[in-house]
Amino acid sequence: MVELQEVAMKEFRESFVEALMDLAAKNRNIIAITPDLMGPMGLAPFAKRFPDQFFNIGIAEQNGVGFAAGLALEGKIPFVVTFSTFTTGRAFEQIRVDVAYMNTNVKIVGMAAGLTGGLTGSTHMGIEELATMRALPNMTVVAPADANSTAAAVAAIVDYQGPVYLRLGRPADPIIYPEDTEFVIGRAFELRQGDDVALIGVGPSVYQCLVAADNLAKEGINCRVLDVATIKPLDEEAIVACARETKGIVTVEEHSILGGLGGAVSEVVAGRHPCRVERVGLRDVWPPAGDMNDLRRIMKVDAPAIEEAVRSVLGR
Amino acid sequence: MTIIQTDKIRRLERIAWELRKDVVRMFAHSGTGHFGGSLSCAEIVACLYFDVLQIDPKNPKWDGRDRFIISKGHSCPTVYAALARLGFFPDSWLDEFEDTGAPLTMHPDMHKIPGIEASTGALGHGLSIGLGMAQAAKMDGKEHRVYVLLGDAELQEGSVWEAIMAAASFQLTNLIAIVDRNTQGVDGPTEELIPLEPLGDRWRTFGWEPREIDAHSLPEILDGLAWAKEAKESPRVLICRGTKGKGVSFMENNPAWHSARPTHEEIQLAFQEIEEALGRLQ
Repeated sequence: MVELQEVAMKEFRESFVEALMDLAAKNRNIIAITPDLMGPMGLAPFAKRFPDQFFNIGIAEQNGVGFAAGLALEGKIPFVVTFSTFTTGRAFEQIRVDVAYMNTNVKIVGMAAGLTGGLTGSTHMGIEELATMRALPNMTVVAPADANSTAAAVAAIVDYQGPVYLRLGRPADPIIYPEDTEFVIGRAFELRQGDDVALIGVGPSVYQCLVAADNLAKEGINCRVLDVATIKPLDEEAIVACARETKGIVTVEEHSILGGLGGAVSEVVAGRHPCRVERVGLRDVWPPAGDMNDLRRIMKVDAPAIEEAVRSVLGR
Repeated sequence: MTIIQTDKIRRLERIAWELRKDVVRMFAHSGTGHFGGSLSCAEIVACLYFDVLQIDPKNPKWDGRDRFIISKGHSCPTVYAALARLGFFPDSWLDEFEDTGAPLTMHPDMHKIPGIEASTGALGHGLSIGLGMAQAAKMDGKEHRVYVLLGDAELQEGSVWEAIMAAASFQLTNLIAIVDRNTQGVDGPTEELIPLEPLGDRWRTFGWEPREIDAHSLPEILDGLAWAKEAKESPRVLICRGTKGKGVSFMENNPAWHSARPTHEEIQLAFQEIEEALGRLQ
């Protein structure tokens, strides 16, 4: 098994802010908005370097999202950055109407989503927002797997005209992609070939898939690993290929198994190529607060849980 | 205030009643409508669209235009009537109001209707959107203004006060709020639900300069809008005190007419009262 300590680590947050600053220097229409969370979101350097492109809107997420929609209607590219639940929960109707329905070029950045919220607990951890965001027409939902793909995703999101929900972890997690990696919205990335079982992961769970695949290879089980990276629009062809070419699919996400990646993949294969789908994720429960990696183990969204799901698919 | 019956005032007064007539015409077609709030804002909409707003019906997206958001989206028929009259779209669209698939809907869709800046309907959104538009104009050194018409009961939404606080903090003097203080929500008087008074003081303590005027006095609205445009440090709000359902006697101050399905006779009576008012203006 690959030990976490052996791989390079980087914060999603750090990478996101660095990328946004690079882009904001070139494109003065890029605006960062945060509801009194400049520090925790890592935006202090942005605010210092681009004071005219930064707004601390106060603890008022609904107004923050509506404000962003108004800016976007005038040609700005606003990023609203806070804990994932505060916008997608508190300001859901503003996201629904002012962003998705009005189809404004607003980017909602949900930081510390899933179990990466760790000690903050369920008040702060988005565990349902992939489901709610992907249910909104016009909304694109992106969830990169590591810090480097986060940087690439931010560039792709700036180039893309339209509403985006960007789901990010916050703490340091293992690096999977090289620094110069490309990110194409709507394209899944096959990180490992294999025809026994397909592991389809999103966000930090992709690394857990790679670890599980390594371990299973020692047992002679060859897993394909797919980083979907974009939950919506989903790369259906890559998923159908998994269904066709392997004995079954295991989806892995730090999110409820209801309506997120597992739901989205199941919808695709049910319609196009029915196959066994095991969903690894939060099983309709509120996770406790705690260390992120402890939570991954306790909530069974880590490599051993994935390995167990793979064996279940193979009937072993 | 001394009312000077200039030609302009007479023209705008007449337009306000013509807008009312078109509102009833639309609701007669659809069989139902938000009478109360659509009728109460007729003078406000007339002053804005036919005197104050810098807009170009032939070029609805003209960059230099003033922006107007009807945050109380359910009252948009009055705005539809104004837009049609100005030529943003054919008058015949009014006769298709609420037809399935037709552009003019109960709540306005910015992607289907020329001249509509934001898709409103869910309350408590418009001022925040206007805040963003006004901030963008300030950043880009543009001279146009952003006007937002709010319902009074809409001010029960906390999000509105978030926007009010932010606008004062950002000193957005190019953002002008107009409150249609017709005193009624869906279920009755606001003061019997969750009271809003003293409304002017509330805006003032949140950092705005309020002026309270008569929602049906053209001179007061015109003076008020001119005053609001001269904001120096704090944004300005016009609190327009008026009558819900204004102009049709049996609808006035009657919560049953917030949204209602009138009989044929009631429609005829409404038309008759509006025609009589227009007759008095001759």
